[in-house]
Amino acid sequence: MTKEMTGADMVIAALAEQGVEHLFGYPGGAVLPIYDALFQQERVKHILVRHEQGAVHAAEGYARSTGKVGAVLVTSGPGATNAVTGLTDALCDSIPLVVITGQVPTHLIGNDAFQECDTVGITRPCTKHNYLVKSIAELPRVLHEAFHIAKSGRPGPVVVDVPKDIQFAKGVYSRPKDFQHQGYRPKLKGDLDRIKAAIELMRHAKRPLFYTGGGIINSGPEASQLLREFVKLTGFPITSTLMGLGAYKASDPQWLGMLGMHGTWEANWAMHDCDVMICIGARFDDRITGRLDAFSPGSRKIHVDIDPSSINKNVKVDIPIVGDCAHVLEDMVRLWRSTAASAERKALDAWWKQIEGWRARKSLAYKNSNKLIKPQYAIERLYAATKDRDTYITTEVGQHQMWAAQFYRFEEPNRWMTSGGLGTMGYGLPASVGVQLAHPKSLVIDIAGEASVLMTMQEMSTAVQYDLPVKIFIINNQYMGMVRQWQELLHGGRYAHSYTEALPDFVKLAEAYHAVGIRCERPGDLDGAIAEMIEVNRPVIFDCVVDQNENCFPMIPSGRAHNEMLLGDAGVEPEDAVTEQGKVMV
Amino acid sequence: MTAVNATTHYPAATVSEAVETHTLSVLVDNEPGVLARVIGLFSGRGYNIDSLTVSETEHEKHLSRITIVTRGTPMVIEQIKNQLERLVPVHRVVDMTVAGPHLERELAMVKVRGKGEQRMEALRLADAFRARVIDASTESFVFEITGASDKIESFVALMIPLGLVEVSRTGIVAIARGPEGM
Repeated sequence: MTKEMTGADMVIAALAEQGVEHLFGYPGGAVLPIYDALFQQERVKHILVRHEQGAVHAAEGYARSTGKVGAVLVTSGPGATNAVTGLTDALCDSIPLVVITGQVPTHLIGNDAFQECDTVGITRPCTKHNYLVKSIAELPRVLHEAFHIAKSGRPGPVVVDVPKDIQFAKGVYSRPKDFQHQGYRPKLKGDLDRIKAAIELMRHAKRPLFYTGGGIINSGPEASQLLREFVKLTGFPITSTLMGLGAYKASDPQWLGMLGMHGTWEANWAMHDCDVMICIGARFDDRITGRLDAFSPGSRKIHVDIDPSSINKNVKVDIPIVGDCAHVLEDMVRLWRSTAASAERKALDAWWKQIEGWRARKSLAYKNSNKLIKPQYAIERLYAATKDRDTYITTEVGQHQMWAAQFYRFEEPNRWMTSGGLGTMGYGLPASVGVQLAHPKSLVIDIAGEASVLMTMQEMSTAVQYDLPVKIFIINNQYMGMVRQWQELLHGGRYAHSYTEALPDFVKLAEAYHAVGIRCERPGDLDGAIAEMIEVNRPVIFDCVVDQNENCFPMIPSGRAHNEMLLGDAGVEPEDAVTEQGKVMV
Repeated sequence: MTAVNATTHYPAATVSEAVETHTLSVLVDNEPGVLARVIGLFSGRGYNIDSLTVSETEHEKHLSRITIVTRGTPMVIEQIKNQLERLVPVHRVVDMTVAGPHLERELAMVKVRGKGEQRMEALRLADAFRARVIDASTESFVFEITGASDKIESFVALMIPLGLVEVSRTGIVAIARGPEGM
């Protein structure tokens, strides 16, 4: 399509051609022409949020649950700066977004004009790429390029800053055929010789382990299928990062649960003791490795990642393979089959026996109560009530997030939306809005903490406006639980400002938003209350009042190694748990 | 229990490796903000810049060449290269230090103020260093000197007692020896 139109119309045309159905945004002076264009068409549906951070998180939820690019429209100045947290979150978790920001007219840029900020300057370190469009001629190319960059390679957020005069200007619109940047060519296929070397290493492994991450999810459902096939073929155990949950079935016996700081005993011990580590789409983050010089000391490591800068960043690996997870896994499965590779059966049996021994520690066990709702129990019951439904889970950040990761068992990819890299409190509620829009018939639950959810509570209003029956399941312990846990372990139990003395009445708050409020305080009432929440076809705030003192275990304290993890019922002396040096780490 | 080292939680663990100085040539699209992206990457990730030069080198293709001299352990240097290559307008990154024999040059303009014998001595030394006089007044010279950084350092040091006023240096530019381009 080649046609003369205004810059504002070009924005709509490009969004529509890129398959954007929902655009999350908030109007303002510098984007009025685009809003005017939006008003006069029906191809792209605009979702009015209550804060620009909410728009970006909603788009993230939308993108993560669909695999599509999330789209956002905000105004200049505060509109753009409010979006920064969401952009950084999307960069850390590799979520494809295109965020269009209005800008003051080109002749006023640099003038400290009203609602002006240096959007490209501010967002440069928190985007995969960004643009300031200074002429109408380049606008169509930039818009389409933004989508290409956002979704290809390692996905990420892209900002397109469009001055108001460019939105009014007329130009010729067409969808460009070629991608201009010569330097940007993400590599999809892995080096075959290295893949062969990896298969060879795996074939002779005695204590192998798959360690997978969000890269599998980002690569698409096919990558998850191939991973499942490969894990079955090899008979190897598998663990995953927080970001990778759902890529492999949590119900499968080869699944060891999540690894890392709050991972299971068996997953972390297997990481420590393995002799061949097959890392696919994960990045050896500090939440995973713990103490680097004691990280899996005896293993040879294979690392598959689409981003070369993730390789050898924290941990030196033996066989680096740059490529897309699905492409590399396809080659791996084919080679494993064709070379009739079979694992060292006897050694593998011994390895599994050892793993079963670790598993027998039941590291997620907790002492239940018939008086107080234990947060773990709340999530177990929530899981039991929703596992046979078409369910999507988002979370906020903190203890509830870790408990959700431990106790909610994910069987499919793209069902789990959580802020992993940045750890953004307030992510889950707006993300659930985006997920529900993408999946109107599904059950969408934000497993929340009462502190986190108050950071973006205003988006309840968005959920109500668009009839999105999201369920905000608040694990309410009146503490910033993870902060309190660290204060207990690291700072002598001095709970500096981690207790919220004044909380709203969440049931009344729900009603004030024209949503439904449910409170549950006793374990015996939980199942009934959860059933009620599911049945209501409206947005719900569920205030689940839990034991205030529960801590999240297992835990690898900062600065410790995988084999130095703490268990909940191990009776650990809190002051003993963390070394002086460990306190400086977060 | 094993001893805990406070730095091991982060890549700082690599300090046990020796710090090396490397010269990187970076070919980029000459578009607004590209230098800010490169510099922002270095400051944001805590890498060092000893020297940085940039100019458009291929006008028709809108390509600029940035030469960066940086320091770090081999693991950090590899990270710097990979991180640079991640930037969308970056076409290529070549580590001149490992790519093979190459030339490094710098240009400096050196202003010296003085009279009489001091002035003559400055001129004699300039001649010995093959520095050219590009501006002169009755009480000053501006010398232009090209060469490796240590040659410029030596010349500047000699000019201090002879009335050195100021120095303006380009920073290092580098190119590989032999027929191949980057």
